[in-house]
Amino acid sequence: MIIAIPRETAPGEARVAATPQSVKRLRELGFSVVVEKGAGTRASFTDEAYIEAGAEVRGDIKQCLEGAGLVLKVQAPTDEELALIPEGATLVAFLKPAQNAELLQKLADKKINALAVESIPRISRAQKMDALSSMANIAGYRAVIEAAHNFGRFFTGQITAAGRIPPAKVLVIGAGVAGLSAIGTAKSMGAVVRAFDTRAEVREQVESMGAEFLTVDIEEEGSGTGGYAKEMSKEFIEAEMALFREQAKEVDIVITTALIPGKPAPKLWLADMVDSMAEGSVVVDLAAEMGGNCDYTVADEKVVKNGVTIIGYTNLPSRAATQSSSLYATNLAHLLSDLTPEKNGEININFDDEVIRGATVVKSGEITWPPPPPKITAQPKPVEKKPEPQVAVEAEKPKKKSPLSILAFWAVAGALLLWLGRVAPAEFVSHFTVFVLSIFVGWQVIWNVTHALHTPLMSVTNAISGIVIVGALLQVGATGSWLVTLLAFVGVLVASINIFGGFFVTYRMLKMFRR
Amino acid sequence: MNGMISMAYLFSAVMFILSLGGLSSHETARRGNLYGMVGMIVAIGATVAGIAAGAYWLVAIAMAVGAVIGLTLAKRVAMTQMPQMVALLHSFVGLAAVLIGWGGFLDPRVSLTGAAHLVHNTEIYLGIFIGAITLTGSLVAFGKLQGLISGKPLMLPARHWLNLAAILACVVLGALFIPSDLNPGTVINLLIMTSIALLLGIHLIAAIGGADMPVVISMLNSYSGWAAAATGFMLSNDLLIVVGALVGSSGAILSYIMCRGMNRSFISVILGGFGSDGGEVAEGEIEGEAVATSYDELAADLESARSVIIVPGFGMAVAHAQQAVSDLTDRLRKQGKTVRFGIHPVAGRLPGHMNVLLAEANVPYDIVLEMEEINDDFPDTDLVLVIGANDTVNPDAVEKPGSPIAGMPVLEVWKAGKVVILKRSMASGYAGVANPLFYKENARMLFGDAKESLQAVLAKLSKAGQPVAAEA
Repeated sequence: MIIAIPRETAPGEARVAATPQSVKRLRELGFSVVVEKGAGTRASFTDEAYIEAGAEVRGDIKQCLEGAGLVLKVQAPTDEELALIPEGATLVAFLKPAQNAELLQKLADKKINALAVESIPRISRAQKMDALSSMANIAGYRAVIEAAHNFGRFFTGQITAAGRIPPAKVLVIGAGVAGLSAIGTAKSMGAVVRAFDTRAEVREQVESMGAEFLTVDIEEEGSGTGGYAKEMSKEFIEAEMALFREQAKEVDIVITTALIPGKPAPKLWLADMVDSMAEGSVVVDLAAEMGGNCDYTVADEKVVKNGVTIIGYTNLPSRAATQSSSLYATNLAHLLSDLTPEKNGEININFDDEVIRGATVVKSGEITWPPPPPKITAQPKPVEKKPEPQVAVEAEKPKKKSPLSILAFWAVAGALLLWLGRVAPAEFVSHFTVFVLSIFVGWQVIWNVTHALHTPLMSVTNAISGIVIVGALLQVGATGSWLVTLLAFVGVLVASINIFGGFFVTYRMLKMFRR
Repeated sequence: MNGMISMAYLFSAVMFILSLGGLSSHETARRGNLYGMVGMIVAIGATVAGIAAGAYWLVAIAMAVGAVIGLTLAKRVAMTQMPQMVALLHSFVGLAAVLIGWGGFLDPRVSLTGAAHLVHNTEIYLGIFIGAITLTGSLVAFGKLQGLISGKPLMLPARHWLNLAAILACVVLGALFIPSDLNPGTVINLLIMTSIALLLGIHLIAAIGGADMPVVISMLNSYSGWAAAATGFMLSNDLLIVVGALVGSSGAILSYIMCRGMNRSFISVILGGFGSDGGEVAEGEIEGEAVATSYDELAADLESARSVIIVPGFGMAVAHAQQAVSDLTDRLRKQGKTVRFGIHPVAGRLPGHMNVLLAEANVPYDIVLEMEEINDDFPDTDLVLVIGANDTVNPDAVEKPGSPIAGMPVLEVWKAGKVVILKRSMASGYAGVANPLFYKENARMLFGDAKESLQAVLAKLSKAGQPVAAEA
C-alpha cells in the first residue's frame, strides 16, 4: 500500500505529516511512501532527506495522491485535495469531527475512510499516538516564547550593576498538557509562575513543575471524563473571577489554555482584567481557535488593547514546525503500527481495538463519529472523602486536663509528701529529696538524647547502674558475718561485669558511628 | 573522711549526669562515655578507701573476675546481639540488688529502732522485690531474644489474676515483714517473697511477645535503676539514689518513646499478648496483586533513581544484611544519588538498634534519619527499599481507622515513586495484620533472603553502574 504525504496548503501551516525519520519506520511496516515535492521544506526537511530515507518525491499533489491507499495529513483536506484522494483510501489528519460534520459527509460520500487523530482515546496504551498532547506540549512552549518575544522585560530576576531586574510573573490558566508545558518553560526561563485549574487533581503536577497552585475557597471537582475539565457552577466561576481580578493587577503575562470538549472556550480573562493589567503585559490565548478565553482575543491576530498585547495565534505548533512535525509524524507512525499488525503494508481498521475504533470517524461510507465513550479514564476517580478518619484523628488528640484535676493531683501529692515528712526520719527525708530531684534531672537529660543513640544510652545506663557495687563494697568484709561477706562478694562480682561490660560495649558502639 | 567520700560521690554523680548528657549528640557521645568511666572510678575508689583494709583482696578478686567476664562479653558480642547483651546486663543489676538487699538484711551492724527501722525494712523489701523481678524478667527477655525461649507470648489462663495474686501476696508478706526484727520467721518470709518476685518476673515477661521487646528492655532498664535507688535508700547512700533515679527515669522515657512509636499504652504492652484482646484482624480484605520484581529490575530501578530511601527493620538484623546495605549505599552515593535511611522508633528489638547496626556497617550517621525527619520527604523520593520491615510501613495505620494498628505512626513509604520490599514471604508482621502496601500499584516485592538479594543486586549494579560512575 502506498502512503501519500501531500504538502499542507492551509495558510500558515508549516508542519508536515511525515519526516525522513518516520518514513523509515513506515517502510519497515511494509508501506511505500510518496512525498509531494517541498512538503517538508517549511519544517526544514529537504526532499533529498526524504529520498534518502526511501521515499519517492513527486512533483505536485495530483501525482502524489495518485494510487495512494493511505493519506497522512496535518490539517483537514480542502475540497480540491479531497477530490484528488482516490476512492477507498484512508485519510489520517486533524479532522475536527465535532465541528466538521460537512467534511465527514463528503468523506463518507467518497467512501474515504477517515481517522481523526484528535479522536484517539486518551488512555494509557494510546499515549504514544496522542498527537493532541504532543501538539499541546509544543503550543504551551511556544506560547511562552511568543509572550517573551512581545514582553519588554526579562523573565528572570537579576541584580546587576545597572539595577535590580524583577522577575516576570506568569499566570497559567488551565494545567493540561499545554498549561504544564507553559509552566515548565516559563519556570525554566526564570519567571515566577502561578497556575490555576478547576481540577484539584492536577495540583501535584503543577507544584512538581515549580509553580504555585492557586485555589478558590469553593470545593468542586472539575474533572470530566477522559482527563478533560467539565463546566463549573456559577458560584465557582464567580470565585474564580474574583481570584483572576486580583491576579490581573499583579501578573505580567497570562497564558490561558482552558478548553471544554465540544463547546466554545469559556471566557475567563475578561476585558476589565486586561484593562487592569500593567502597560506592556502580554496575554497568550491558546483557546483562540475555539473562540478564546480572553474577551479581546482575535483569532490568528496579535492585538494591543490598553497597552496589553493579546496574542490569539491559533496554530502555535506550526510556529515550531520542525519539532511539531517530528512529534506528529512519530505519533502517526505509532498509530499505523497498530493499524498494521501484520507489518505487511496493509491496514486493518479493526473496530475491536478501542483505540482504532475511537479514532475512526468514517468507515466504508458510514460516519462512525462520535465513538462510544472510552472505558477507562486516564485519572483514577477521586475517592469520596470519608468523615471517619477525621473522627479518629480528633479522638487521638490528648484530652486537655481540666485545671481542677491538675489541682487535685498536686493537692494529693503535696499531702502525701507532708505526711511522709511527718512520719519519716530526717535522714530519709533528705535522701528522698535527692531522689526526687535526680528523677527530674534524669528526665530532662534523657529527653535530649538523640534517638540514634538510644542503644548506647541503654548500655551506658547499664554500666552506670553497676554503681550498686558501692552497696556491695560497703558490706564486704566489714560485717563479721561470712554469709553477708559472701553475698557482697558475689554482688561486687556481678556489678563489675556490668561496669566493665557496659562501658566497654558502649565504647565499641560509639566508635563505630562516623559521619 | 566521710565528708571527703561524700564529695567524691557528688563528683561522680555529676560525672554520670554529664555522661548521659553527652549522648545528646554523636559528637559528644564518646566524651560522655568517658565521663561515665571517670565517675565510676572515683566512686569505687572513694568507697574502697572507706572500707576495712582487710577486705581489699576480696574486692580485688571479685572485681578482677567480674572485669574479665564483662570485657569478654562486651568484646565478643555481635551488634545484632545487642538486645540480648543489654538484657543480660540488666539481670546482673537485678541480681546485685537482690544480693545487697539480703546482705543489708542480714548485716549484724545495723540496729535501728522505731520509724528508722520501718523505713529501713521497707527499703530492703522493695529493693529485693524490684531486683528479683528485674533479674528473672531480664533473663527471660534474654532467652527470648537469644532464641532459647519461644518469642511467642506465654498465655496462662487467668494470667492477670496470677500477677495480681502474686503482688497481693508480696504486699501481705511485706506488711508482716516490715515491723519485725531479724529472726528465722522473717528470713523465711523474705525468702518466700523473693521467690514470688522471681516467679513474677518470669511470668510478666514471658507473656510479652518478641516484637514488644524494645519496650520490655527499656522497662527492665528502668527497673534496674529503681532497684539501685532502693538499695541506695537502704544504705543511706546518695550516690546510689541519684544514679538509680537517673537510670530509672532513662528507662521510663525509653519505654514511653517505644510505646508511642507503636501507639499502644504502656499498660497494654506490659500486660502482654498483642491482638489477643479483641483487636480485629483484617483478613483477605485487600484486593489486588502483589507483583514480584527481579534482581535485574531492581538494579535498573536503582540506576534510574536519583533519590533513594532505605527503610530497615528487624528483618535486616535477622538476615545480617547490614553490610550488604552499606555496600549498596556506598555504591549509590558514589554515583551521586541521594541515599538516606528512615528509622522507625520501634524498628528492631532495642531502641536505636538499627542505628547501631548501620553504624557497625559503616553507614555515616548523618544520612540515618528518624521517622519524623524523613516522613515528609517520601513524595519527592524516587525509590524506597524496605528491608525486613512490615508493620512500621503499613498504610492501614494511617488509612484504615478500624485496623488494629490504626494510629500507629508509620513511615509513609507508599508515597514515593516506587517501593521495593525485600521480604522472605508474604507473611504478615508481628501485629498479625495484612499489609496493603504490598498490593499498591507502585510496590514491588523482592522475595528471598535480604542479604543474598542485596548482594545479587549489587553484582548487577557493578556491571551496569560502573560506566555511570566513571562519567560522573
